[in-house]
Amino acid sequence: MIGIEHYLVVSAILFVLGVLGIFLNRKNVIIILMGIELILLSVNINLVAFSAFLNDLVGQVFAMFVLTVAAGEAAIGLAILVIYFRNRGTIAVDSVDRLKG
Amino acid sequence: MDTATSFALIAPELLLAVSSLLLVLAAAWGGDKAARPVTILAVSALFGAGLLLWPVLHLGKVGPETWAFGDLLRADAFAGFAKALIYLAAIGCLVVTPSWFDRMKAMKPEYPVLVLLATLGMSLMVSASDLLTLYLGLELNSLAAYVLAAYLRNDSKSAEAGLKYFVLGALASGILLYGMSLLYGFTGTTSFAGIREALSGEMSNGMLFGVIFVLAGLAFKIAAVPFHMWTPDVYEGAPTPVTTFFATAPKVAAVALTARVALDAFGGQVDAWRQVVIFAALASIVVGALGAIGQNNLKRLLAYSSINNVGFILIGLAAASVAGASAMFVYLAIYVAMSLGSFVALMMLHDEDGRALETFDDIAGLSTKRPALAWCLLALMFSLAGIPPLLGFWGKFVVFQAAVEANLVALAAIGIAASVIGAFYYIKFIKVMFFDAASPATVADSTRAHWAVLGITTLIVSPLGYFLTRSFGDLGDKAASALFLLP
Repeated sequence: MIGIEHYLVVSAILFVLGVLGIFLNRKNVIIILMGIELILLSVNINLVAFSAFLNDLVGQVFAMFVLTVAAGEAAIGLAILVIYFRNRGTIAVDSVDRLKG
Repeated sequence: MDTATSFALIAPELLLAVSSLLLVLAAAWGGDKAARPVTILAVSALFGAGLLLWPVLHLGKVGPETWAFGDLLRADAFAGFAKALIYLAAIGCLVVTPSWFDRMKAMKPEYPVLVLLATLGMSLMVSASDLLTLYLGLELNSLAAYVLAAYLRNDSKSAEAGLKYFVLGALASGILLYGMSLLYGFTGTTSFAGIREALSGEMSNGMLFGVIFVLAGLAFKIAAVPFHMWTPDVYEGAPTPVTTFFATAPKVAAVALTARVALDAFGGQVDAWRQVVIFAALASIVVGALGAIGQNNLKRLLAYSSINNVGFILIGLAAASVAGASAMFVYLAIYVAMSLGSFVALMMLHDEDGRALETFDDIAGLSTKRPALAWCLLALMFSLAGIPPLLGFWGKFVVFQAAVEANLVALAAIGIAASVIGAFYYIKFIKVMFFDAASPATVADSTRAHWAVLGITTLIVSPLGYFLTRSFGDLGDKAASALFLLP
Protein backbone atom coordinates (compact mmCIF):
# COMPACT_ATOMS: atom_id res chain seq x y z
CA MET A 1 0.00 0.00 0.00
CA ILE A 2 1.38 3.41 -0.96
CA GLY A 3 0.90 5.92 1.85
CA ILE A 4 1.51 9.64 2.25
CA GLU A 5 5.10 9.06 3.41
CA HIS A 6 6.10 7.59 0.06
CA TYR A 7 4.98 10.74 -1.70
CA LEU A 8 6.82 12.87 0.83
CA VAL A 9 10.03 10.91 0.28
CA VAL A 10 9.81 11.25 -3.51
CA SER A 11 9.15 14.96 -3.25
CA ALA A 12 12.00 15.44 -0.74
CA ILE A 13 14.38 13.63 -3.11
CA LEU A 14 13.27 15.82 -6.02
CA PHE A 15 13.68 18.95 -3.91
CA VAL A 16 17.22 18.01 -2.89
CA LEU A 17 18.09 17.12 -6.50
CA GLY A 18 16.84 20.52 -7.62
CA VAL A 19 18.88 22.39 -4.99
CA LEU A 20 22.00 20.35 -5.78
CA GLY A 21 21.41 20.99 -9.48
CA ILE A 22 21.63 24.72 -8.77
CA PHE A 23 24.69 24.62 -6.54
CA LEU A 24 26.84 21.79 -7.88
CA ASN A 25 26.38 22.53 -11.57
CA ARG A 26 29.39 24.26 -13.15
CA LYS A 27 28.38 24.00 -16.78
CA ASN A 28 25.25 25.58 -18.06
CA VAL A 29 22.66 28.09 -16.81
CA ILE A 30 19.86 26.11 -18.49
CA ILE A 31 20.54 23.31 -15.99
CA ILE A 32 19.93 25.82 -13.18
CA LEU A 33 16.52 26.63 -14.72
CA MET A 34 15.78 22.90 -14.79
CA GLY A 35 16.75 22.68 -11.11
CA ILE A 36 14.27 25.46 -10.29
CA GLU A 37 11.50 23.66 -12.15
CA LEU A 38 12.34 20.46 -10.28
CA ILE A 39 11.97 22.26 -6.93
CA LEU A 40 8.57 23.66 -7.94
CA LEU A 41 7.38 20.25 -9.14
CA SER A 42 8.42 18.62 -5.88
CA VAL A 43 6.29 21.22 -4.10
CA ASN A 44 3.37 20.31 -6.34
CA ILE A 45 3.70 16.61 -5.52
CA ASN A 46 3.64 17.53 -1.84
CA LEU A 47 0.58 19.75 -2.21
CA VAL A 48 -1.45 17.26 -4.23
CA ALA A 49 -0.51 14.33 -2.00
CA PHE A 50 -1.46 16.25 1.14
CA SER A 51 -4.64 17.44 -0.53
CA ALA A 52 -5.71 13.85 -1.29
CA PHE A 53 -4.63 12.69 2.15
CA LEU A 54 -6.47 15.45 4.01
CA ASN A 55 -9.51 15.29 1.74
CA ASP A 56 -9.21 19.05 1.26
CA LEU A 57 -9.28 20.85 -2.08
CA VAL A 58 -7.12 23.84 -1.15
CA GLY A 59 -3.91 21.95 -1.87
CA GLN A 60 -4.92 21.20 -5.45
CA VAL A 61 -5.97 24.81 -6.06
CA PHE A 62 -2.62 25.89 -4.66
CA ALA A 63 -0.86 23.46 -7.03
CA MET A 64 -2.64 25.04 -10.03
CA PHE A 65 -1.44 28.48 -8.95
CA VAL A 66 2.10 27.17 -8.50
CA LEU A 67 2.04 25.68 -12.01
CA THR A 68 0.88 28.98 -13.49
CA VAL A 69 3.47 31.05 -11.68
CA ALA A 70 6.18 28.51 -12.60
CA ALA A 71 5.33 29.01 -16.26
CA GLY A 72 5.67 32.78 -15.89
CA GLU A 73 8.89 32.38 -13.98
CA ALA A 74 10.41 30.13 -16.65
CA ALA A 75 9.45 32.62 -19.36
CA ILE A 76 11.12 35.50 -17.54
CA GLY A 77 14.17 33.37 -16.69
CA LEU A 78 14.68 32.39 -20.31
CA ALA A 79 14.19 35.99 -21.46
CA ILE A 80 16.88 37.19 -19.06
CA LEU A 81 19.12 34.36 -20.25
CA VAL A 82 18.67 35.50 -23.87
CA ILE A 83 19.71 39.05 -22.91
CA TYR A 84 22.71 37.65 -21.10
CA PHE A 85 23.70 35.50 -24.08
CA ARG A 86 23.48 38.47 -26.44
CA ASN A 87 25.87 40.44 -24.27
CA ARG A 88 28.37 37.72 -23.54
CA GLY A 89 28.02 35.06 -26.25
CA THR A 90 28.03 32.27 -23.68
CA ILE A 91 25.80 30.86 -20.96
CA ALA A 92 28.47 28.91 -19.07
CA VAL A 93 28.04 29.24 -15.31
CA ASP A 94 31.72 30.11 -14.88
CA SER A 95 31.29 33.17 -17.09
CA VAL A 96 28.90 34.80 -14.58
CA ASP A 97 31.73 36.52 -12.74
CA ARG A 98 31.79 40.16 -13.78
CA LEU A 99 30.30 41.28 -10.46
CA LYS A 100 32.67 40.46 -7.62
CA GLY A 101 33.98 42.28 -4.59
CA MET B 1 -18.77 39.49 4.61
CA ASP B 2 -20.14 40.24 1.16
CA THR B 3 -18.08 40.77 -1.96
CA ALA B 4 -18.74 44.51 -2.25
CA THR B 5 -17.24 45.17 1.19
CA SER B 6 -14.26 43.03 0.28
CA PHE B 7 -13.66 45.01 -2.88
CA ALA B 8 -13.96 48.25 -0.93
CA LEU B 9 -11.25 47.02 1.43
CA ILE B 10 -8.78 46.36 -1.37
CA ALA B 11 -9.47 49.66 -3.18
CA PRO B 12 -5.77 50.70 -3.30
CA GLU B 13 -4.79 47.39 -4.93
CA LEU B 14 -7.66 47.64 -7.41
CA LEU B 15 -6.56 51.14 -8.38
CA LEU B 16 -2.98 49.96 -8.91
CA ALA B 17 -4.04 46.89 -10.89
CA VAL B 18 -6.38 48.79 -13.21
CA SER B 19 -3.98 51.67 -13.78
CA SER B 20 -1.02 49.39 -14.50
CA LEU B 21 -3.06 47.49 -17.09
CA LEU B 22 -4.21 50.74 -18.73
CA LEU B 23 -0.66 52.07 -18.69
CA VAL B 24 0.62 48.93 -20.44
CA LEU B 25 -1.81 49.77 -23.24
CA ALA B 26 -0.70 53.39 -23.27
CA ALA B 27 2.93 52.27 -23.38
CA ALA B 28 2.29 49.91 -26.28
CA TRP B 29 0.35 52.60 -28.13
CA GLY B 30 2.62 55.57 -27.52
CA GLY B 31 6.05 53.97 -27.87
CA ASP B 32 9.12 55.58 -26.32
CA LYS B 33 7.62 59.08 -26.57
CA ALA B 34 5.06 58.06 -23.93
CA ALA B 35 7.72 57.44 -21.28
CA ARG B 36 7.27 60.72 -19.44
CA PRO B 37 3.45 60.88 -19.44
CA VAL B 38 3.29 57.24 -18.32
CA THR B 39 5.71 57.98 -15.48
CA ILE B 40 3.60 60.94 -14.36
CA LEU B 41 0.41 58.87 -14.50
CA ALA B 42 2.07 56.04 -12.57
CA VAL B 43 3.16 58.47 -9.85
CA SER B 44 -0.38 59.85 -9.62
CA ALA B 45 -1.83 56.33 -9.43
CA LEU B 46 0.52 55.57 -6.52
CA PHE B 47 -0.45 58.86 -4.91
CA GLY B 48 -4.14 58.06 -5.31
CA ALA B 49 -3.67 54.59 -3.85
CA GLY B 50 -1.88 56.25 -0.92
CA LEU B 51 -4.84 58.60 -0.35
CA LEU B 52 -7.18 55.60 -0.23
CA LEU B 53 -5.15 54.31 2.72
CA TRP B 54 -5.97 57.33 4.83
CA PRO B 55 -9.08 55.96 6.66
CA VAL B 56 -7.30 52.74 7.66
CA LEU B 57 -4.25 54.62 8.91
CA HIS B 58 -6.18 57.39 10.62
CA LEU B 59 -8.57 55.13 12.51
CA GLY B 60 -6.00 52.38 13.08
CA LYS B 61 -8.50 49.69 12.07
CA VAL B 62 -7.83 46.13 13.19
CA GLY B 63 -9.88 42.96 13.58
CA PRO B 64 -12.51 41.15 11.50
CA GLU B 65 -13.91 44.33 9.89
CA THR B 66 -10.66 44.56 7.88
CA TRP B 67 -10.68 40.98 6.58
CA ALA B 68 -11.46 40.71 2.87
CA PHE B 69 -12.55 37.64 0.89
CA GLY B 70 -13.00 35.32 3.84
CA ASP B 71 -9.73 36.33 5.53
CA LEU B 72 -7.50 35.91 2.49
CA LEU B 73 -6.37 39.53 2.76
CA ARG B 74 -6.33 41.90 5.70
CA ALA B 75 -6.47 45.66 5.10
CA ASP B 76 -5.61 46.51 8.72
CA ALA B 77 -3.49 49.23 10.30
CA PHE B 78 -0.37 47.13 9.87
CA ALA B 79 -0.90 46.66 6.13
CA GLY B 80 -1.83 50.35 5.85
CA PHE B 81 1.42 51.49 7.46
CA ALA B 82 3.56 49.21 5.30
CA LYS B 83 1.68 50.22 2.14
CA ALA B 84 2.07 53.92 2.90
CA LEU B 85 5.84 53.44 3.19
CA ILE B 86 5.95 51.33 0.03
CA TYR B 87 3.99 53.85 -2.05
CA LEU B 88 6.06 56.76 -0.79
CA ALA B 89 9.28 54.90 -1.59
CA ALA B 90 8.00 53.93 -5.05
CA ILE B 91 6.97 57.54 -5.77
CA GLY B 92 10.41 58.74 -4.68
CA CYS B 93 12.10 56.19 -6.95
CA LEU B 94 9.91 56.99 -9.96
CA VAL B 95 10.41 60.74 -9.65
CA VAL B 96 14.20 60.50 -9.92
CA THR B 97 14.29 57.83 -12.63
CA PRO B 98 13.58 59.55 -16.00
CA SER B 99 16.46 62.03 -15.93
CA TRP B 100 18.92 59.26 -14.99
CA PHE B 101 17.91 56.98 -17.85
CA ASP B 102 17.68 59.92 -20.27
CA ARG B 103 21.46 60.26 -19.99
CA MET B 104 21.81 56.94 -21.82
CA LYS B 105 18.60 57.33 -23.88
CA ALA B 106 17.12 54.27 -22.16
CA MET B 107 13.93 55.67 -20.58
CA LYS B 108 11.07 53.51 -21.81
CA PRO B 109 7.40 53.57 -20.74
CA GLU B 110 7.51 49.97 -19.48
CA TYR B 111 9.74 51.01 -16.59
CA PRO B 112 7.01 52.81 -14.58
CA VAL B 113 4.56 50.02 -15.47
CA LEU B 114 6.92 47.40 -14.04
CA VAL B 115 7.37 49.49 -10.90
CA LEU B 116 3.57 49.74 -10.56
CA LEU B 117 3.17 45.96 -10.94
CA ALA B 118 5.91 45.30 -8.40
CA THR B 119 4.21 47.73 -6.02
CA LEU B 120 0.90 45.93 -6.50
CA GLY B 121 2.63 42.67 -5.60
CA MET B 122 4.10 44.26 -2.49
CA SER B 123 0.66 45.58 -1.50
CA LEU B 124 -0.71 42.05 -1.67
CA MET B 125 2.27 40.69 0.26
CA VAL B 126 1.81 42.98 3.24
CA SER B 127 -1.94 42.40 3.42
CA ALA B 128 -1.77 38.63 2.90
CA SER B 129 -3.17 36.48 5.67
CA ASP B 130 -3.14 33.21 3.79
CA LEU B 131 -0.24 31.28 2.28
CA LEU B 132 -1.80 31.45 -1.18
CA THR B 133 -2.13 35.25 -1.29
CA LEU B 134 1.31 35.54 0.27
CA TYR B 135 2.81 33.49 -2.54
CA LEU B 136 0.98 35.34 -5.32
CA GLY B 137 1.96 38.75 -3.97
CA LEU B 138 5.56 37.70 -3.50
CA GLU B 139 5.83 36.32 -7.03
CA LEU B 140 4.17 39.33 -8.66
CA ASN B 141 6.73 41.51 -6.90
CA SER B 142 9.67 39.22 -7.70
CA LEU B 143 8.86 38.65 -11.37
CA ALA B 144 8.64 42.40 -11.99
CA ALA B 145 11.86 42.89 -10.00
CA TYR B 146 13.84 40.36 -12.07
CA VAL B 147 12.92 42.24 -15.22
CA LEU B 148 13.82 45.57 -13.63
CA ALA B 149 17.27 44.30 -12.60
CA ALA B 150 18.02 43.35 -16.22
CA TYR B 151 16.44 46.58 -17.51
CA LEU B 152 19.52 47.93 -19.34
CA ARG B 153 19.51 45.24 -21.99
CA ASN B 154 22.78 46.20 -23.62
CA ASP B 155 24.74 46.49 -20.41
CA SER B 156 26.43 43.21 -19.51
CA LYS B 157 26.51 44.08 -15.79
CA SER B 158 22.77 44.70 -15.70
CA ALA B 159 22.07 41.43 -17.54
CA GLU B 160 24.29 39.54 -15.12
CA ALA B 161 22.59 41.17 -12.13
CA GLY B 162 19.23 40.14 -13.55
CA LEU B 163 20.39 36.57 -14.05
CA LYS B 164 21.81 36.27 -10.54
CA TYR B 165 18.76 37.86 -8.97
CA PHE B 166 16.48 35.55 -10.93
CA VAL B 167 18.30 32.32 -10.02
CA LEU B 168 18.65 33.11 -6.33
CA GLY B 169 15.19 34.66 -6.07
CA ALA B 170 13.59 31.63 -7.71
CA LEU B 171 15.52 29.32 -5.38
CA ALA B 172 14.26 31.36 -2.41
CA SER B 173 10.67 31.14 -3.68
CA GLY B 174 11.13 27.37 -4.06
CA ILE B 175 12.39 26.98 -0.49
CA LEU B 176 9.56 29.14 0.82
CA LEU B 177 7.03 27.17 -1.19
CA TYR B 178 8.36 23.83 0.04
CA GLY B 179 7.97 25.08 3.61
CA MET B 180 4.44 26.21 2.84
CA SER B 181 3.53 22.80 1.41
CA LEU B 182 4.79 21.13 4.59
CA LEU B 183 2.86 23.59 6.75
CA TYR B 184 -0.28 22.92 4.73
CA GLY B 185 0.15 19.16 5.08
CA PHE B 186 0.83 19.11 8.80
CA THR B 187 -1.65 21.78 9.87
CA GLY B 188 -4.36 21.04 7.27
CA THR B 189 -4.93 24.70 6.40
CA THR B 190 -3.31 27.60 4.56
CA SER B 191 -4.78 30.50 6.54
CA PHE B 192 -2.53 32.23 9.06
CA ALA B 193 -5.20 32.03 11.76
CA GLY B 194 -5.62 28.28 11.20
CA ILE B 195 -1.86 27.70 11.19
CA ARG B 196 -1.50 29.63 14.42
CA GLU B 197 -4.16 27.49 16.04
CA ALA B 198 -2.65 24.23 14.76
CA LEU B 199 0.84 25.20 15.88
CA SER B 200 -0.21 26.17 19.38
CA GLY B 201 -0.02 22.61 20.73
CA GLU B 202 2.88 20.21 20.48
CA MET B 203 4.91 20.80 17.30
CA SER B 204 5.61 17.83 15.07
CA ASN B 205 8.85 17.53 13.08
CA GLY B 206 7.02 18.28 9.86
CA MET B 207 5.67 21.54 11.29
CA LEU B 208 9.12 22.52 12.54
CA PHE B 209 10.63 21.88 9.09
CA GLY B 210 7.84 23.93 7.52
CA VAL B 211 8.47 26.87 9.86
CA ILE B 212 12.23 26.78 9.25
CA PHE B 213 11.90 26.53 5.45
CA VAL B 214 9.42 29.43 5.36
CA LEU B 215 11.68 31.60 7.51
CA ALA B 216 14.71 30.70 5.35
CA GLY B 217 12.83 31.69 2.19
CA LEU B 218 11.81 35.00 3.77
CA ALA B 219 15.38 35.63 4.98
CA PHE B 220 16.46 35.41 1.32
CA LYS B 221 13.92 38.08 0.39
CA ILE B 222 14.97 40.50 3.15
CA ALA B 223 18.67 39.74 2.47
CA ALA B 224 19.49 38.58 5.99
CA VAL B 225 22.70 36.61 6.61
CA PRO B 226 23.26 33.68 5.79
CA PHE B 227 21.07 34.28 2.70
CA HIS B 228 22.54 37.63 1.69
CA MET B 229 25.10 36.71 -0.98
CA TRP B 230 23.02 37.98 -3.89
CA THR B 231 22.61 41.49 -2.47
CA PRO B 232 26.00 43.13 -3.25
CA ASP B 233 26.11 41.71 -6.79
CA VAL B 234 22.55 42.68 -7.66
CA TYR B 235 22.82 46.13 -6.10
CA GLU B 236 26.05 46.82 -7.98
CA GLY B 237 24.96 45.44 -11.34
CA ALA B 238 21.41 46.79 -11.56
CA PRO B 239 20.97 50.36 -12.87
CA THR B 240 21.11 52.81 -9.94
CA PRO B 241 17.39 53.81 -10.05
CA VAL B 242 16.49 50.11 -9.87
CA THR B 243 18.91 49.59 -6.98
CA THR B 244 17.25 52.52 -5.22
CA PHE B 245 13.91 50.81 -5.68
CA PHE B 246 15.23 47.42 -4.45
CA ALA B 247 16.75 48.95 -1.35
CA THR B 248 13.54 50.69 -0.31
CA ALA B 249 10.08 49.46 -1.30
CA PRO B 250 10.60 45.65 -1.64
CA LYS B 251 12.66 45.70 1.54
CA VAL B 252 9.72 47.22 3.44
CA ALA B 253 7.34 44.67 1.93
CA ALA B 254 9.54 41.67 2.72
CA VAL B 255 10.24 42.81 6.28
CA ALA B 256 6.55 43.50 6.90
CA LEU B 257 5.65 40.10 5.47
CA THR B 258 8.22 38.42 7.71
CA ALA B 259 6.78 40.24 10.71
CA ARG B 260 3.24 39.18 9.86
CA VAL B 261 4.23 35.53 9.31
CA ALA B 262 6.45 35.29 12.39
CA LEU B 263 4.20 37.15 14.83
CA ASP B 264 0.79 36.13 13.50
CA ALA B 265 1.02 32.68 11.88
CA PHE B 266 3.92 31.46 14.04
CA GLY B 267 3.01 33.72 16.97
CA GLY B 268 2.07 30.79 19.22
CA GLN B 269 5.55 29.26 18.90
CA VAL B 270 7.88 32.17 19.50
CA ASP B 271 10.48 29.96 21.17
CA ALA B 272 10.74 27.82 18.03
CA TRP B 273 11.97 30.68 15.83
CA ARG B 274 13.44 33.22 18.23
CA GLN B 275 16.92 31.63 18.25
CA VAL B 276 16.98 31.61 14.44
CA VAL B 277 16.01 35.28 14.23
CA ILE B 278 18.57 36.28 16.86
CA PHE B 279 21.29 34.45 14.95
CA ALA B 280 20.25 36.05 11.65
CA ALA B 281 20.14 39.50 13.29
CA LEU B 282 23.61 39.29 14.82
CA ALA B 283 25.14 37.67 11.74
CA SER B 284 23.61 40.36 9.47
CA ILE B 285 24.92 43.18 11.65
CA VAL B 286 28.44 41.72 11.79
CA VAL B 287 28.69 40.61 8.15
CA GLY B 288 27.15 43.89 6.97
CA ALA B 289 29.70 45.87 8.96
CA LEU B 290 32.79 43.79 8.12
CA GLY B 291 31.89 43.12 4.46
CA ALA B 292 31.62 46.82 3.66
CA ILE B 293 35.09 47.72 4.93
CA GLY B 294 37.12 46.61 1.90
CA GLN B 295 34.68 47.87 -0.74
CA ASN B 296 35.63 50.55 -3.23
CA ASN B 297 32.33 50.58 -5.14
CA LEU B 298 29.78 52.78 -3.37
CA LYS B 299 26.74 50.79 -4.52
CA ARG B 300 28.32 47.61 -3.08
CA LEU B 301 29.07 49.47 0.10
CA LEU B 302 25.46 50.60 0.45
CA ALA B 303 24.35 47.01 -0.24
CA TYR B 304 26.34 45.85 2.78
CA SER B 305 24.90 48.77 4.71
CA SER B 306 21.40 47.52 3.90
CA ILE B 307 22.32 44.01 5.13
CA ASN B 308 23.58 45.65 8.32
CA ASN B 309 20.31 47.58 8.74
CA VAL B 310 18.20 44.45 8.25
CA GLY B 311 20.07 43.01 11.24
CA PHE B 312 18.90 45.89 13.44
CA ILE B 313 15.34 45.49 12.18
CA LEU B 314 15.44 41.78 13.07
CA ILE B 315 16.43 42.66 16.64
CA GLY B 316 12.99 44.27 16.95
CA LEU B 317 11.41 41.09 15.59
CA ALA B 318 13.37 38.90 18.03
CA ALA B 319 11.81 40.82 20.91
CA ALA B 320 8.43 39.40 19.75
CA SER B 321 6.48 42.02 21.68
CA VAL B 322 4.23 44.92 20.71
CA ALA B 323 7.05 47.33 21.57
CA GLY B 324 9.48 45.30 19.46
CA ALA B 325 7.21 45.23 16.42
CA SER B 326 6.48 48.93 16.76
CA ALA B 327 10.23 49.68 17.02
CA MET B 328 10.78 47.60 13.91
CA PHE B 329 8.32 49.71 11.92
CA VAL B 330 9.79 52.98 13.17
CA TYR B 331 13.25 51.76 12.18
CA LEU B 332 11.92 50.67 8.81
CA ALA B 333 10.42 54.11 8.12
CA ILE B 334 13.68 55.86 9.02
CA TYR B 335 15.70 53.32 7.02
CA VAL B 336 13.62 54.00 3.91
CA ALA B 337 14.34 57.74 4.17
CA MET B 338 18.08 57.19 4.71
CA SER B 339 18.42 54.63 1.98
CA LEU B 340 16.38 56.59 -0.57
CA GLY B 341 18.43 59.69 0.17
CA SER B 342 21.81 58.02 -0.14
CA PHE B 343 21.00 56.22 -3.38
CA VAL B 344 19.56 59.40 -4.91
CA ALA B 345 22.80 61.14 -3.96
CA LEU B 346 24.69 58.36 -5.79
CA MET B 347 22.48 58.94 -8.84
CA MET B 348 23.44 62.61 -8.80
CA LEU B 349 27.14 61.73 -9.00
CA HIS B 350 28.02 61.63 -12.68
CA ASP B 351 30.38 63.61 -14.89
CA GLU B 352 29.56 65.79 -17.90
CA ASP B 353 29.68 62.80 -20.28
CA GLY B 354 27.11 60.92 -18.21
CA ARG B 355 29.59 58.42 -16.75
CA ALA B 356 28.49 57.39 -13.26
CA LEU B 357 30.91 58.20 -10.44
CA GLU B 358 30.49 55.31 -8.09
CA THR B 359 33.84 54.56 -6.45
CA PHE B 360 35.65 56.17 -3.55
CA ASP B 361 38.34 57.52 -5.91
CA ASP B 362 35.69 59.40 -7.87
CA ILE B 363 34.15 61.19 -4.91
CA ALA B 364 37.43 62.30 -3.31
CA GLY B 365 37.21 65.97 -2.40
CA LEU B 366 33.54 66.21 -3.35
CA SER B 367 33.00 68.95 -0.76
CA THR B 368 35.04 71.44 -2.81
CA LYS B 369 33.16 70.65 -6.04
CA ARG B 370 29.57 70.19 -4.87
CA PRO B 371 29.36 71.35 -1.27
CA ALA B 372 25.55 71.02 -0.95
CA LEU B 373 25.61 67.41 -2.16
CA ALA B 374 28.53 66.58 0.12
CA TRP B 375 26.78 68.04 3.18
CA CYS B 376 23.57 66.11 2.41
CA LEU B 377 25.63 62.91 2.13
CA LEU B 378 27.34 63.77 5.40
CA ALA B 379 23.98 63.96 7.17
CA LEU B 380 22.78 60.71 5.58
CA MET B 381 25.98 58.80 6.42
CA PHE B 382 26.07 60.00 10.04
CA SER B 383 22.41 59.03 10.30
CA LEU B 384 23.08 55.54 8.89
CA ALA B 385 25.88 55.18 11.42
CA GLY B 386 23.37 56.06 14.14
CA ILE B 387 25.13 59.12 15.49
CA PRO B 388 22.93 61.55 17.46
CA PRO B 389 21.35 64.07 16.92
CA LEU B 390 20.40 62.59 13.52
CA LEU B 391 17.27 60.48 13.18
CA GLY B 392 19.10 57.19 12.52
CA PHE B 393 20.05 57.24 16.18
CA TRP B 394 16.39 57.26 17.21
CA GLY B 395 15.66 54.13 15.13
CA LYS B 396 18.50 52.21 16.75
CA PHE B 397 17.50 53.52 20.18
CA VAL B 398 13.89 52.27 20.03
CA VAL B 399 14.99 48.87 18.69
CA PHE B 400 17.56 48.35 21.45
CA GLN B 401 15.10 49.58 24.05
CA ALA B 402 12.57 46.98 22.94
CA ALA B 403 15.24 44.27 23.03
CA VAL B 404 16.25 45.20 26.58
CA GLU B 405 12.61 45.23 27.70
CA ALA B 406 12.24 41.70 26.27
CA ASN B 407 15.23 40.54 28.36
CA LEU B 408 17.53 40.27 25.35
CA VAL B 409 20.27 42.38 26.97
CA ALA B 410 23.14 40.39 25.46
CA LEU B 411 21.67 40.78 21.96
CA ALA B 412 21.34 44.54 22.44
CA ALA B 413 24.91 44.83 23.79
CA ILE B 414 26.44 42.90 20.88
CA GLY B 415 24.33 44.92 18.44
CA ILE B 416 25.59 48.22 19.88
CA ALA B 417 29.20 47.00 19.77
CA ALA B 418 28.83 45.90 16.14
CA SER B 419 27.25 49.21 15.12
CA VAL B 420 30.54 50.85 16.16
CA ILE B 421 32.36 48.70 13.59
CA GLY B 422 29.79 49.79 11.02
CA ALA B 423 30.44 53.44 11.82
CA PHE B 424 33.97 52.98 10.41
CA TYR B 425 33.00 52.90 6.77
CA TYR B 426 30.32 55.55 7.02
CA ILE B 427 32.93 57.85 8.48
CA LYS B 428 35.42 56.80 5.79
CA PHE B 429 32.83 58.02 3.27
CA ILE B 430 32.81 61.42 4.96
CA LYS B 431 36.60 61.53 5.30
CA VAL B 432 37.06 60.84 1.57
CA MET B 433 34.55 63.55 0.61
CA PHE B 434 35.82 66.25 2.92
CA PHE B 435 39.51 65.67 3.62
CA ASP B 436 41.02 63.90 0.59
CA ALA B 437 42.65 65.70 -2.32
CA ALA B 438 40.06 66.37 -5.03
CA SER B 439 39.88 63.82 -7.87
CA PRO B 440 40.10 65.05 -11.50
CA ALA B 441 36.51 63.90 -12.21
CA THR B 442 34.03 66.73 -12.66
CA VAL B 443 30.53 66.43 -11.25
CA ALA B 444 27.73 67.57 -13.53
CA ASP B 445 24.62 69.48 -12.45
CA SER B 446 21.62 67.55 -11.21
CA THR B 447 17.97 68.00 -12.04
CA ARG B 448 15.44 69.55 -9.70
CA ALA B 449 13.68 66.22 -9.09
CA HIS B 450 16.89 64.76 -7.67
CA TRP B 451 17.46 67.78 -5.44
CA ALA B 452 13.87 67.67 -4.22
CA VAL B 453 14.01 64.01 -3.16
CA LEU B 454 17.48 64.41 -1.66
CA GLY B 455 16.39 67.56 0.19
CA ILE B 456 13.25 65.95 1.64
CA THR B 457 15.06 62.81 2.82
CA THR B 458 17.90 64.87 4.31
CA LEU B 459 15.34 66.99 6.18
CA ILE B 460 13.69 63.83 7.53
CA VAL B 461 16.97 62.38 8.86
CA SER B 462 18.13 65.76 10.21
CA PRO B 463 17.38 66.67 13.85
CA LEU B 464 14.14 68.26 12.56
CA GLY B 465 12.98 64.67 11.95
CA TYR B 466 12.48 64.27 15.69
CA PHE B 467 9.22 66.17 15.28
CA LEU B 468 8.03 63.12 13.36
CA THR B 469 8.95 60.57 16.02
CA ARG B 470 5.68 60.98 17.87
CA SER B 471 3.51 60.27 14.83
CA PHE B 472 5.87 57.51 13.63
CA GLY B 473 5.62 55.90 17.07
CA ASP B 474 1.86 56.30 17.08
CA LEU B 475 1.44 54.68 13.67
CA GLY B 476 3.95 51.98 14.60
CA ASP B 477 2.01 51.13 17.78
CA LYS B 478 -1.28 50.92 15.89
CA ALA B 479 0.33 48.72 13.22
CA ALA B 480 1.96 46.48 15.83
CA SER B 481 -1.30 46.02 17.72
CA ALA B 482 -2.84 44.53 14.54
CA LEU B 483 -0.35 41.66 14.80
CA PHE B 484 -1.10 40.90 18.44
CA LEU B 485 -4.87 40.44 18.38
CA LEU B 486 -4.56 37.07 20.10
CA PRO B 487 -2.62 36.68 23.34
